[in-house]
Amino acid sequence: MATQNYKVIPRKPLRWWEKLYIPQVIAGMKITLGIMLRKPVTLKYPEERPTIPKGYRGIPTLVKDQNGREKCVSCQLCEFVCPPKAIRVTPGEIDPNAPDAEVIEKAPKAFEINMLRCIYCGMCQEVCPEEAIWLQNEYSLNGYSRDSLVHDKEKLYELGGTLPDKHLKWKKKAEAQAHGPAH
Amino acid sequence: MNEFAKGFIEWFNGSDTSLQAWLGIPDIPVSDDAVSVTGSIFKAIFAVALVLGIMGGCLYTVLLERKTAAWAQGRVGPCRTTMPLIAAIPVVGKVLTYCGFIQPLADGGKLFLRQEPLPEHVNKFYYCLAPCLALAPAIITLVMMPFTSYISPETGKETALMLCNMNPGFVFIMAVSSLGVYGVVLGGWASNSKYPFLGSIRGSAQLISYELSMVLSLLPVVLLTSGNPDANPLSLFSIVQEQNNLWNIILAPLSAIIFFVALMAEMNRQPFDMPESETDTVGGFHTEYGTFKFGLFFTGEYLHMILGSTLFTLFFLGGWHAFPFLPTLGLDGVWATLLGIVCMLVKIIFLLFVIIWIRWTVPRFRFDQVMRVGWKLLLPFAIANFIAYLIGIGVYDSLLK
Repeated sequence: MATQNYKVIPRKPLRWWEKLYIPQVIAGMKITLGIMLRKPVTLKYPEERPTIPKGYRGIPTLVKDQNGREKCVSCQLCEFVCPPKAIRVTPGEIDPNAPDAEVIEKAPKAFEINMLRCIYCGMCQEVCPEEAIWLQNEYSLNGYSRDSLVHDKEKLYELGGTLPDKHLKWKKKAEAQAHGPAH
Repeated sequence: MNEFAKGFIEWFNGSDTSLQAWLGIPDIPVSDDAVSVTGSIFKAIFAVALVLGIMGGCLYTVLLERKTAAWAQGRVGPCRTTMPLIAAIPVVGKVLTYCGFIQPLADGGKLFLRQEPLPEHVNKFYYCLAPCLALAPAIITLVMMPFTSYISPETGKETALMLCNMNPGFVFIMAVSSLGVYGVVLGGWASNSKYPFLGSIRGSAQLISYELSMVLSLLPVVLLTSGNPDANPLSLFSIVQEQNNLWNIILAPLSAIIFFVALMAEMNRQPFDMPESETDTVGGFHTEYGTFKFGLFFTGEYLHMILGSTLFTLFFLGGWHAFPFLPTLGLDGVWATLLGIVCMLVKIIFLLFVIIWIRWTVPRFRFDQVMRVGWKLLLPFAIANFIAYLIGIGVYDSLLK
């Protein structure tokens, strides 16, 4: 500590008018008045909403692709990765008459996200191999009971809606199967 | 003593002496100029209206405080509270809501709807007495406050709109308004808790220290008023009347500054809010109080603010006079009276704003700093100021007149 290089700046003694406080108080009041005349920075919340930044993590939802197919294949990776254990997936068989039935085996029979446990970390979205679970921009979530805050599959699709899929990887797989090995 | 008795009889009786005779009070000669508002019924109505008006004023001072605080912090302040009747008015309703017009009622209502706890460990009698003692002296002082005057067009005689134009009104106000400290002391002591006790001890020390400079700073004003042989220099009404031309803030600026600072300390306003400095004594002397009792303390505090600004207006800002040298803007009769009330209100509201403005500018003094400012700065200046005016006015009277 003794080797530290520092310099003590002596504090100047107050002048006589500074000891009277009054000029200092008036100078301070001028600054306060300037701030009072500024426009308030308040965001009047329910009427005015904040702009949501890119990459915002709101409530997690399930999405369908442009053909209306539910993208989740109930691999349960999200359930496994979820830190607060908010997700519960019950895997089920896919309807054999569905268009992609040859290539896809499973779909969730039930999919629940307990929003009272969810910490909005976005790990489920990150881990999902099907890009089926997405965090939305919606942040204001409330309900009248605990049960109403456990989102079931229906509710999750209702909140998520449709997200057009660029890859349609199961279609490619079906095509590849139809044509045989490419190389 | 005779003066006091006369004052109270006038207050009850107006100019007519039948009540006095009925009560069997011996006839004390009442001088004409002392009778301020004639008719005891009118006086009773005026008293009720005054108390209600001042109490409403307290509520809206809280609103002013909240709004000013919001502005100073870049916020909007209360702007949502409304009620169906007000919200139904097309444009005005929206403006009133935005100004927080109903907010004081909501604040008051909230206080009344809370549970009222009476802690086990307190001295119950004094615990309940303290809030009343904090509020009562402030209301009693209202009796001596002139608010405007009526100049009769025929006789040119000026009468004050006040409940009791007692000659030693100045002394009465100084004596009674400092009784407010008993509320603080008793509240802190009866709470039987360490922080309220500390707060009240600090509060009483501060109030006693600043009382001296406050009264000393007002003596030059009394001296200036006594220049007129007809005026009664200790009556607030005469003090305002003497400021027809030049206001006392121009004639005695140092007095005004000292009085204002001492007033801030007397009202326990920041930067002098020692009794309730919430960072070092939790909630101050009213930590153990809730709901209605806390409401009384709170109202008392704002009532002291209004009374303080009224006193400053009367002593230094020319009371109900509109401008120096133009006291009534050439109006006469009832119009001049109404103009007086408006001028008085404008000055009081401006002073309230300044007091709140200072609160949101200056940080709180430390307790030793409060004592140092009071005893080492204000008191010597007040004494020097008084002696200077004493000599100056003496020289002016004996040599120049």
